[in-house]
Amino acid sequence: MNATRLLAVAVVVASIAPAFAASPEPPAGASSCSGCHAANAAANTPVPRLAGRNAAEIVTQMQAFRSGAQPSTVMDRIAKGYSDAEIAAIATWYAQQK
Amino acid sequence: MSPRRFNRREFLTSNAAVASLIAAPALAQAAPRVVVVGGGFAGASAARALKKADPRIAVTLVETSRTFTACPFSNGVIGGLRDIKAQQFGYDKIAADGIQVAFATATGVNQQARTVALDSGGPLSYDRLVLAPGIDIRWDALPGYTEAAAEKMPHAWKAGEQTMLLRRQLEAMEDGGAVFMAAPANPFRCPPGPYERACLIAYYLKTKKPRSKLIVLDAKDQFSKQRLFQNAWKELYPDHLEWVSLSSGGKVTSVDPATNTLITDFGNHKAAVANVIPPQKAGRIAEAAGVADRSGWCPIDPVTFESKLQANIHVLGDATIAGAMPKSAFTGNAQAKVCAAAIVKLLAGEKPSDPKLINTCYSVIAPDYGITVADVYHPVNGVLTAIPGGGVSPTDAPASFRAQEAMFAEGWFNTITSEVFG
Repeated sequence: MNATRLLAVAVVVASIAPAFAASPEPPAGASSCSGCHAANAAANTPVPRLAGRNAAEIVTQMQAFRSGAQPSTVMDRIAKGYSDAEIAAIATWYAQQK
Repeated sequence: MSPRRFNRREFLTSNAAVASLIAAPALAQAAPRVVVVGGGFAGASAARALKKADPRIAVTLVETSRTFTACPFSNGVIGGLRDIKAQQFGYDKIAADGIQVAFATATGVNQQARTVALDSGGPLSYDRLVLAPGIDIRWDALPGYTEAAAEKMPHAWKAGEQTMLLRRQLEAMEDGGAVFMAAPANPFRCPPGPYERACLIAYYLKTKKPRSKLIVLDAKDQFSKQRLFQNAWKELYPDHLEWVSLSSGGKVTSVDPATNTLITDFGNHKAAVANVIPPQKAGRIAEAAGVADRSGWCPIDPVTFESKLQANIHVLGDATIAGAMPKSAFTGNAQAKVCAAAIVKLLAGEKPSDPKLINTCYSVIAPDYGITVADVYHPVNGVLTAIPGGGVSPTDAPASFRAQEAMFAEGWFNTITSEVFG
């Protein structure tokens, strides 16, 4: 692709751009989760998805992982890296995702 | 892609034309352009995350190969547990997101004109450039280990034909043959990778060539998940795997491909099969773009992943010096999503938020035996630092825990490849 063609593409994209809105930014620490908790429902994994789950449920689980009340393989280690406020923000954000 | 190549004069003219257009007020509202070089876990994730975060951004992904062969789980291919096809992915779904995919090799970057030169077509103009070039082998670092030598003594540290070469050599070897692996000093792609590979080669030998043995010659005394690996070796592979540390004379100082020999200060080891994992550096374009320092790797800002050496160029994944974050596919994917969010803010003239990132690395020791390292990272005094509480799987876990981690390992591979390529 040459520069002129690229600019032409850019102009076309710009002209249709107002039809889209930028999606709200995930809170700190949220975007890494989808490495294991699939954003794509079709992914073949026993790990549950987070998108669309009840926020309070995610918070309760994370706190149980962090305290050790809920046994896990990696989540006990990961949950210790997050504060209550961060967990709440992440849970709220995932609850709003599809 | 235009098949036409620009000559030098056309290239300069075109750059000047682009520069003047950028400056023109009429185009001030044009869609921002981000070029991503490298279609691996980090680069492809960045391209998709950018497009998802703001569909107005014109994203171009530059990648040499039409088929991506994933390194994670490729040790399973070497051990005969997995087909190489399970490792391979295309770019159709990425293109369907509205990302321009340019199958070409980036050959240079003009930081002033903000253009990337390609070996065919191009150049591409950018407002922000993301480099995710992975690794290159340092062909000058291990005497005797040339590109020709790698055809005889495969590194298999870039998945694909090299992976299959090592597998074929193991399959062709007579029972009783000595297999050697040379493991490099830090830093290198996938810190637990050589030891996972050692396990799966030992698994292959134990089940298919029981009179053979793997000897790992290491340039280090310490390595990732060491106690877990060493416990598992003792338990599962006592007759098929031996590790020779740096202080026991394990450092390979040169190789002789003509005789398939690995040379240390203490002796020569003639191998039936030799897997040489050599010293590495950031992929070639990093040096050409001026984002690699004298170490061969790329220093970055831990909030935006912008190069500390060049403005408007971000570097991701294995190529970076990312503090405590290891060079892994999980890391590359996590960094890409943080970097994409930062770029969206920078393009809007806003301040990027302080990030938090996870790395979770699975290593498969046997089909029903997995181990992990998992950590959460954030910037502390400009360096990505692990938050206390993370670390490796418990050393005293029961077999059921190891089996669960092996199952989750596969789930992770399916999930991340579906996010990046599916």
